[in-house]
Amino acid sequence: MNMVATQDDRAVLDNKHRFLPQEASGKGHISLRNLDIVFDTKSGPHTAVAGASLEILPGEFICLLGPSGCGKSTLMNSVAGFVKPRSGELLVDGESVRGPGPDRGMVFQQHSLFPWKSVKDNVAFGPLMSGVGNREAESLARTFLSLVGLSRYADAYPATLSGGMQQRVGIARALANYPRVLLMDEPFGALDAQTRTMMQENLLEIWGEFKNTVLFVTHDIDEAVFLSDRIVVMSASPGRIIADIRVKLARPRHADLLTSADFMEIKRECLALIRKETLRAFEQQNQK
Amino acid sequence: MSVKPTSFQPAPEAVLSHSEDDVTTVSTSDDKSGDDKSGAGAVPARVSVSWLPANWDRYLVRLAALVLAVMAWHLVSVNEVSFFLRFENVPNPLVVGGEFINQLSSQSFYLHILHSMQRIAIAYGLAVVIGISLGILMGRSRFAEDVILPYIEILRPIPAVAWIPLAILMMPSETASIVFITFLGALFPIVLNTVHGVEQTSKVLVRAARSLGASNMAILRHVVLPGALPSIVAGLAIGMGVAWFSLLAGEIISGQYGIGYFTWSAYTLVEYPKIIIGMLVIGALGSLCTLLVRKGCSPLLRWQKEGARA
Repeated sequence: MNMVATQDDRAVLDNKHRFLPQEASGKGHISLRNLDIVFDTKSGPHTAVAGASLEILPGEFICLLGPSGCGKSTLMNSVAGFVKPRSGELLVDGESVRGPGPDRGMVFQQHSLFPWKSVKDNVAFGPLMSGVGNREAESLARTFLSLVGLSRYADAYPATLSGGMQQRVGIARALANYPRVLLMDEPFGALDAQTRTMMQENLLEIWGEFKNTVLFVTHDIDEAVFLSDRIVVMSASPGRIIADIRVKLARPRHADLLTSADFMEIKRECLALIRKETLRAFEQQNQK
Repeated sequence: MSVKPTSFQPAPEAVLSHSEDDVTTVSTSDDKSGDDKSGAGAVPARVSVSWLPANWDRYLVRLAALVLAVMAWHLVSVNEVSFFLRFENVPNPLVVGGEFINQLSSQSFYLHILHSMQRIAIAYGLAVVIGISLGILMGRSRFAEDVILPYIEILRPIPAVAWIPLAILMMPSETASIVFITFLGALFPIVLNTVHGVEQTSKVLVRAARSLGASNMAILRHVVLPGALPSIVAGLAIGMGVAWFSLLAGEIISGQYGIGYFTWSAYTLVEYPKIIIGMLVIGALGSLCTLLVRKGCSPLLRWQKEGARA
């Protein structure tokens, strides 16, 4: 798989001229203002996210980092339009989010491809739904498959692909709608370490072409530091934003960065800050 | 769209596990990262003689087992064994075979088969259309389920045979009453399996479709229906079996034509070889119809097979 992938990945560079990444660039400003997300459960209301405020500029790569159950996925789902906030404001490019839409592409953790559609038809689905004709949708699908280096698997069914390949199809499918925001919910969480690193590099390369806004949920600090411009750290119950860390690492970034002193230094700073803020949030909780 | 808890469990007979011959469940849960799939679809070659089917030795054993049974049947009926089971009136295989050849040149034999097939086609066709529609409606709408489910729960335990008197009283013709009974038999497994399949729709896939801009209709067509299809196909196969069962009951009790009537009248007219011919024809037609259903649906489930092979 590794060998196949690196071979295919050269296609990314060869096909630059065939798609139009500028369609989505310059847009994708996300504002969260004092957002509360509350679920009604049998044991009463459960506050998943409390008072979240966040400004994300167009073209920024943001990682939402936090322990499981801290509400980071919920926060992302509210941007996606799957979850309605109880109160507060949620704007994308000044418009209030009313529901899911193709302008906010979503990549899920796993098993989100339509198993009954070929890889190509999966990617063509978004364009088809937007009213593009069959032919146009298919040619878009082929373009985006070549972008993620999977042209050879156009006619395969998703279940015949490895986990990493399936996620690349998922990325191609989300991008085929030229979304202004790309929402990624622990997309590499189920992959093995080697594949994950490769996917991260891949993603940065693709994002380098599109420069759209990315909101990326993860609980892996290495992943967050490697990928993002900013790391937004959340703490659990209720989910609060406790830190917003700028990652000053030059781009383009490659896998060798992961072992560099710069990376380690920034990771150390992040960890220290996260620890400090987590402790503070914890104390605040106890005082209440 | 409505997200419902799985409060409703279809009857166990209706929810056939998909592991029966060509309907296999795909396990999509295992992580396949790190596999090289360049050789997908390659089947290890088995050394065999080209003009013999694979596993010919096993087919030979199966054939021998059948031959043994026919021989045993021949011996007990020729010797008129009577030990608890009475074989005096059971015709031996040679007599049955001879009568079968006779029947093959009789027009009425084909007429009986034709009548049964016609009834099955009409009743089953109706059950498929109505059953799948009701099933989707119930699976997608809590209100529709609350309205329809009580009827199903009350009517389903009543065997088709029990409907015969009322059907004869209510229906304009004998054929109509037989078709009605057959339809009822096929309907319930199809409805329940469709509901089951629709309710198992993956939430992630619905979300994925929504975030790709799909409308409710598009989600129904591209996500809900294909996802429910394995379960629906299982329901269709079970439905076909129950349809034959109900048809036979109807024809035996109230028919003038049909293979069920053929079999029963052979008993009343003391034409015993025809009983066994009728039975074997019923079995063969039933299997044929179920096979047709499965083969007809298998292109729709190609994704499942290929996924399972990987």
